[in-house]
Amino acid sequence: MASLKELKGRINSVKSTQKITKAKQMVAAAKLRKAQAAAEAARPYAERLSAVMASLAAKVGGSDSAPRLLAGTGSDERHLLVVVNTDKGLCGGLNANVVKAAKVKARALIAEGKDVTFYLVGKKGRAPIKRDYADRIEQNFDTSTVRDPGFGEAEAIADELIAMYEAGKFDVAHLVYPVFKSALAQDPTVQQLIPVPAPRAEAESSAAEAVVEYEPDEEAILEELLPRYVKTQVFGALLEIAASEQGASMTAMDNATRNAGELINKLTIQYNRSRQAAITTELIEIIAGAEAL
Amino acid sequence: MALHFELVTPAKLVRSEDVHMVVVPGAEGEFGVLEGHAPFMSTIRDGAVQVYKTEGAAPEEIQVRGGFAEVGENGLTVLAEHVEG
Repeated sequence: MASLKELKGRINSVKSTQKITKAKQMVAAAKLRKAQAAAEAARPYAERLSAVMASLAAKVGGSDSAPRLLAGTGSDERHLLVVVNTDKGLCGGLNANVVKAAKVKARALIAEGKDVTFYLVGKKGRAPIKRDYADRIEQNFDTSTVRDPGFGEAEAIADELIAMYEAGKFDVAHLVYPVFKSALAQDPTVQQLIPVPAPRAEAESSAAEAVVEYEPDEEAILEELLPRYVKTQVFGALLEIAASEQGASMTAMDNATRNAGELINKLTIQYNRSRQAAITTELIEIIAGAEAL
Repeated sequence: MALHFELVTPAKLVRSEDVHMVVVPGAEGEFGVLEGHAPFMSTIRDGAVQVYKTEGAAPEEIQVRGGFAEVGENGLTVLAEHVEG
């Protein structure tokens, strides 16, 4: 059995670990509120934009002159998976789940005979994907230099993706990111990013907007709108990952704090028993010595 | 009689208020929007959106970059990527 001193040391070390996990949990809870507010604030823009996209795409989408970002390159041989991960750990299985979803998608595409490459956002996805698909990683985007990845980063990512698309490096891009459901559940989602999936226009809205005047014409507007739409999608993914990270982190740290508490209790009981046993032994020794006199 | 004006960026809803008139720097020239404007959509160039709270009042200028403006039944909505001031 471990000596009293060793036990005491272990209890202290678990106690300080618990302090850290507890602090991290509180920080995550506070940050989660902020991240959720940010996600909430971004919603009006995304909604308006997709409504406008829907009505425009319905008008222009059918024609041959539709922009390439909407119509696609005509083939779907080369796929790009844009995997969004966090930069920091301590958030439970979040990154593992995202990577798993990305790998499932990659395997399915490879099985169909398609060519798959990766574009990784965030630090934590690099190592696990590199393990399986080291030669397929096209590029990394580093978000660790800024505290809260915002629209500027989304813009940079989207611009780079669109440039790669224009250069003919891939035909189809999918975005893999976790959707924040609650602090307990974040669902990894795979969503097509490029070519932009034509949003479904509601019948009534397209009828109501039939008389809308456009300046310049519809196609020119759509041309300008599509990159913005891609940016908004990427921005949405960044917001989701931020909220998911804090949510997952909060849950994971809550568990860790509770586990540490249990461990402390167990160790304390063990410590008290050993102390009691030591006292008893000492007493027996003293009594035995007294009796011998 | 008031025009409902909304200015939205990806990060947040900057403005949502009833105003008299808004002058928007459209890609093909500035245009003013009053209440009851016909449905209209335009891209905007970088510049200042001028908001007239009441008739004859001094305009309030908001610098916007990248985006587009939409006039519908619900008023004017300006979607801008960046807003300063």
